[in-house]
Amino acid sequence: MTDRTLTEGATSLLRFATAGSVDDGKSTLVGRLLHDSKAVLADQLEAVEHASRSRGHDAPDLALLTDGLRAEREQGITIDVAYRYFATPRRRFILADTPGHVQYTRNMVTGASTAELAVVLVDARNGVVEQTRRHAAVAALLRVPHVVLAVNKMDLAGYAESVFAPIAEEFAAYAASLGIPEVTAIPISALTGDNVVTPSAHMDWYGGLTVLEHLETVPVVTDPTAEPARFPVQYVIRPQSAAHPDYRGYAGRLDSGVLRVGDRVSVLPSGRTSTIAGIDALGESVDVAWAPQSVTVRLADDLDVSRGDLIAPTAGPPPITRDVEATVCHVADRPLRVGDRVLLKHTTRTVKALVKELPSRLTLDDLSQHAFPGELAANDIGRVVLRTAEPLALDAYADSRRTGSFLLIDPADGTTLTAGMAGTAFAAGAVRPAADDEGWDF
Amino acid sequence: MTTTDSPYVLSHLDVLESEAVHIIREVAGEFERPVILFSGGKDSVVMLHLALKAFAPAPVPFALLHVDTGHNFPEVLAYRDRTVAAHGLRLHVASVQEFIDRGELRERPDGTRNPLQTVPLLDAIARHRFDAVFGGGRRDEEKARAKERVFSLRDEFGGWDPRRQRPELWQLYNGRHAPGEHVRVFPLSNWTELDVWQYIAREKIELPSIYYAHEREVFARDGMWLTPGDWGGPKEGEPVATRMVRYRTVGDMSCTGAVDSTALTTQDVITEITTSRLTERGASRADDRLSEAAMEDRKREGYF
Repeated sequence: MTDRTLTEGATSLLRFATAGSVDDGKSTLVGRLLHDSKAVLADQLEAVEHASRSRGHDAPDLALLTDGLRAEREQGITIDVAYRYFATPRRRFILADTPGHVQYTRNMVTGASTAELAVVLVDARNGVVEQTRRHAAVAALLRVPHVVLAVNKMDLAGYAESVFAPIAEEFAAYAASLGIPEVTAIPISALTGDNVVTPSAHMDWYGGLTVLEHLETVPVVTDPTAEPARFPVQYVIRPQSAAHPDYRGYAGRLDSGVLRVGDRVSVLPSGRTSTIAGIDALGESVDVAWAPQSVTVRLADDLDVSRGDLIAPTAGPPPITRDVEATVCHVADRPLRVGDRVLLKHTTRTVKALVKELPSRLTLDDLSQHAFPGELAANDIGRVVLRTAEPLALDAYADSRRTGSFLLIDPADGTTLTAGMAGTAFAAGAVRPAADDEGWDF
Repeated sequence: MTTTDSPYVLSHLDVLESEAVHIIREVAGEFERPVILFSGGKDSVVMLHLALKAFAPAPVPFALLHVDTGHNFPEVLAYRDRTVAAHGLRLHVASVQEFIDRGELRERPDGTRNPLQTVPLLDAIARHRFDAVFGGGRRDEEKARAKERVFSLRDEFGGWDPRRQRPELWQLYNGRHAPGEHVRVFPLSNWTELDVWQYIAREKIELPSIYYAHEREVFARDGMWLTPGDWGGPKEGEPVATRMVRYRTVGDMSCTGAVDSTALTTQDVITEITTSRLTERGASRADDRLSEAAMEDRKREGYF
């Protein structure tokens, strides 16, 4: 028997992301997690050993487990987000493994967008560097609830607490300034496996959990009753059959909160109200449903509801607006400019939008702000002001990662241009104007 | 905050099911002519099951497409036809054999027809003007698949360029495409082989019988048990023996190997794969053993 055994029903799902460069040993850490949790099977390991030998390495290079594309293996770098899957008896994990090079901010943003936890890697010999600050900023920007600082290569730093402690302290202070609610720092050696899956025999001074133990126990289930219900309608189900002549159900997924039969709800943006008459949870009629369940909702009144509408409690609706202010990460190679006409995709609704202003660009390394950059290039983070052709029921991203996020899309060829987060970025005061504002960016 | 006593708990299967249904409904909401690739393999069976649940009590608003290599297992074809009839579905078949008979495809020297499926697949997509094509591919299957998007844009040649993929953020799927292009959609992207089997057990989904242990005449080739048939095996010096086997994957008979097994039930299979030291593709797919980038190369050409 291996540890891969799962007892169905007893397991939850954790989505997490890793950020760090090849030099920090990120791929080795990921390879170690997969290998030591027995997610890597004999034929995969054999393939890695074979590839390692043909590249002249003595030991299997665990980084080769995660670099899947020909170009990645040829260049020895990670190009794209790779998703990895492993499980322990306690939890199923989805890992978004993101490359950490400067030019790949968009990959980090992509990986962090669905993550409930981010592992930021640093080399114990170098401590917190510019790139570490950038990774922390992305985690904060995307509102990843939990952050782990893995101080790697402790084997090359004498396994010394005096090396680890100041790094952990410096990072915690920086994370706090970004508004990251919780940081857990763990001293590890991905190469030797210390504190990755099994506790280190070399670091008695560390009394905390290993990386895997932390991943297994970090709380991921938030109380859905604490958030207002958000139900974007994806599709209208109307069988019009002999068995169901009058059935009219609104198919969608609860992005947040709880819906109950009898709840008074509004259909937005029109604002018409009704009562939930029934909830069908994939073939079973239920009285209550909660995020992130996919269900079909029936209303008591015969309203005009279609894809793109949002069903929300009449008592707690999101703001309705055509003026959107947001922090964005530009992900396309062509720049975003003032005056661009784009499509804005928010939940199940896609509307035309105009880029009215680009008030600032943010340097992630030091969080300095550059006013009116004129355009945002690939991997830039900035502030955007948009005007939409139709109203949106848009939450602040700080309140809801799902109903506060959107994409900007090029209407000509469908390219995903920009990832947007409505409302203000970071905690107040984290961002400051750049010293060189005058004369540079105009 | 850990809500062991909260009523609002979802298991990993609930979360994966909800995510897949969300993806399937997004396609129904945004595309004109979607189709589900249906081979009778377990992943496509689970995908169809999810689609049936997603639109109940209305019927599934998509047709099915099967790329028939001409070397399919008869048990799987029978299962396919039973399923189509039971749910009143519409099935399109793209036949590799017809392309060979017309001289538009040439049989490979090794007799493997798996790579030959791409041409009939792309032809059917173009002919029926399908704009969204559901595949049962999972990211845990293979290294190149690990970098695949849920909504994966294909150009007018059906090709996949891994370096020009759209970033996919949150669960906002961008399905915009130009005429002639199409989007491959993978609702099971985040599922593993074990999740699929646990879901089959939970939902009591019927599968083709060859997924369970049965006695079969087999012969050894490249470390796998292949089944004799008019596709070309066995060759001289490949003795045939009767063994208790099952299939972990279902594809073309010429390249899909059986594994020794005594697993008669879904629970037996779950126990078996949790103790297996081989991946399903490593254990049963000859075509993925060709090179480090075999799957990536096939995908670039337009393969599933």
